Amino acid sequence: MPDQLIFAMEVTLNGLMAGVLYALVALGFVLIYKASGIFNYAQGVMALFAALTLVGIMEGQVPFSHLINAIFGTDLHHFNWSVPALGAILLTMAVMVFLAWAVNKIIFRHLVNQEPIILFMATIGLAYFMEGFGDMMWGSDIKKLDVGLPQGLNSMIDETTYGLLGYGFFIDNLDLVATIIAILLVSVLVMFSQYTKQGRAMRAVADDHQAALSVGVSLNFIWVMVWSLAGFVALVAGIMWGTKSGVQFSLSLIALKALPVLMLGGFTSIPGAIVGGLIIGVGEKLFEFLMGPIVGGATENWFAYVLALIFLVFRPQGLFGEKIIERV
Amino acid sequence: MTQTMQDEGYVTADGRKIGGVMMEMKNITLRFGGVKAITDISFDIRQGEIRAIIGPNGAGKSSMLNVISGFYVPQEGEVFFHGKKRPPMKPFEVARQGIARTFQNIALFEGMTVLDNVMTGRLNYMHTNILQQAIWRGKAEQEENENREAVEKIIDFLEIQSIRKTPVARLPYGLKKRVELARALAAEPKLLLLDEPMAGMNVEEKEDMSRFILDVNDEFGTTIALIEHDMGVVMDLSDRVVVMDYGKKIGDGTPDEVRNNQAVIDAYLGVSHD
Repeated sequence: MPDQLIFAMEVTLNGLMAGVLYALVALGFVLIYKASGIFNYAQGVMALFAALTLVGIMEGQVPFSHLINAIFGTDLHHFNWSVPALGAILLTMAVMVFLAWAVNKIIFRHLVNQEPIILFMATIGLAYFMEGFGDMMWGSDIKKLDVGLPQGLNSMIDETTYGLLGYGFFIDNLDLVATIIAILLVSVLVMFSQYTKQGRAMRAVADDHQAALSVGVSLNFIWVMVWSLAGFVALVAGIMWGTKSGVQFSLSLIALKALPVLMLGGFTSIPGAIVGGLIIGVGEKLFEFLMGPIVGGATENWFAYVLALIFLVFRPQGLFGEKIIERV
Repeated sequence: MTQTMQDEGYVTADGRKIGGVMMEMKNITLRFGGVKAITDISFDIRQGEIRAIIGPNGAGKSSMLNVISGFYVPQEGEVFFHGKKRPPMKPFEVARQGIARTFQNIALFEGMTVLDNVMTGRLNYMHTNILQQAIWRGKAEQEENENREAVEKIIDFLEIQSIRKTPVARLPYGLKKRVELARALAAEPKLLLLDEPMAGMNVEEKEDMSRFILDVNDEFGTTIALIEHDMGVVMDLSDRVVVMDYGKKIGDGTPDEVRNNQAVIDAYLGVSHD
């Protein structure tokens, strides 16, 4: 088999893996958008905040230590303990649920029935607030996150492909784990929204507030639940990205990569977020591999956005999005 | 007349026994800023009765229904439900007390199927928590099946079996109205509020809907309060009628009493208001 083709296959595989990570972020957007019609610009920052909190709890970091030290002249940095990964993840989830409650209580319940653009602006504000708040709470240095996920070359795939093709594919174990987790997460979310009582109530609220109220659904409860779910997805994405590239503030920028994913997959479709993520992941890696040398490289920076732009022209609702039909 | 009625109820012309007072509105006044939508209105709804609220456009009928269902909170007046004073409540809390409603311009979950829409009416009968729902086997599954059965009965009752799996957005207007009624019925309400259940329907659809309303009242013993413009329908269906005009109550009584009430005739035929 020609080398070129084998390389292309490896690139495609890696693209799929990268796509899964994009999809994880996009999922959080879809969840909130479906349930409340809000495009949550803060989703990326929520992932960052979750990762920061997780590291902070695991390492026994003192929250707001800079602030406390500045006010009281103390020199606090760390408690003398560390928390095991699983416990820290549960604690972080508790923090995310609290955050969901607070966000709903302080911001969104006062904005019921407002225009989508106003809600969107509120999430932009929320994003910047949380970025600053995360900085104040946990500090701004880049941190290493290790919750015990396997990392590095997967030797099984390496050896098998070497035996078959005479060339070993490099697949990161972490990417494999991310894929499995993403598949699990999506199946659970789809089943939750389709088959459970709370899922049905969630879809009801997304569809019509008045009607949902009239059948006895509490909007506040559903919104807190949805933001908690988004917080949960943000936590998973935060763990994956944090483990891969360290917990740093540029993590919040991955939200921008989720945008083209959503335009491709459709803002209202959970499977769409996955497929969109995969297409973007594979597309940008393959494009770089094939066209990069010709146009001088760095195509990964813009490829996704151009692809999304083309989609907007021909299929504005995305691959799986709901087509809006109005009876006249 | 209402005032002379005994507390234990009365017997209608067609021989149905009407019970005691279920819902009582006392001196309700509702304002939107400087505009008075409802001025000092009192009336009651009795157990098992079909009670109509009529009046010209803008009379405040829908506002009244919204007060009963908790969507509007009146500035003055009291609401009694089963003899107890009701504190200001959110609409979803009112719904949980057993008051279901439909809307004038249809509020269905357009993206869901008919079956899913009607199932939302059962949400308050499902008590398993998130964890049990997640595990699904056992209690949650059993609960879903039981509620599904109740819903299928209502779907049969309203003759919408054939569109069970159709997304609501694709249905014609008349059927949407029927699905909305099905969703309200699925909650097995004590009191059913219908906001113009027959608006925009043709004669045949109106006849169907009238039959369903009478059947619901007859078979489930559901108390019904409805707003309707079609006088013929109102007079045929209802046991007692409240007439509103410009936010005030101008008549209250049986269809015959109301028909002969001079203030009502004036309101409908129009006299100069000076």
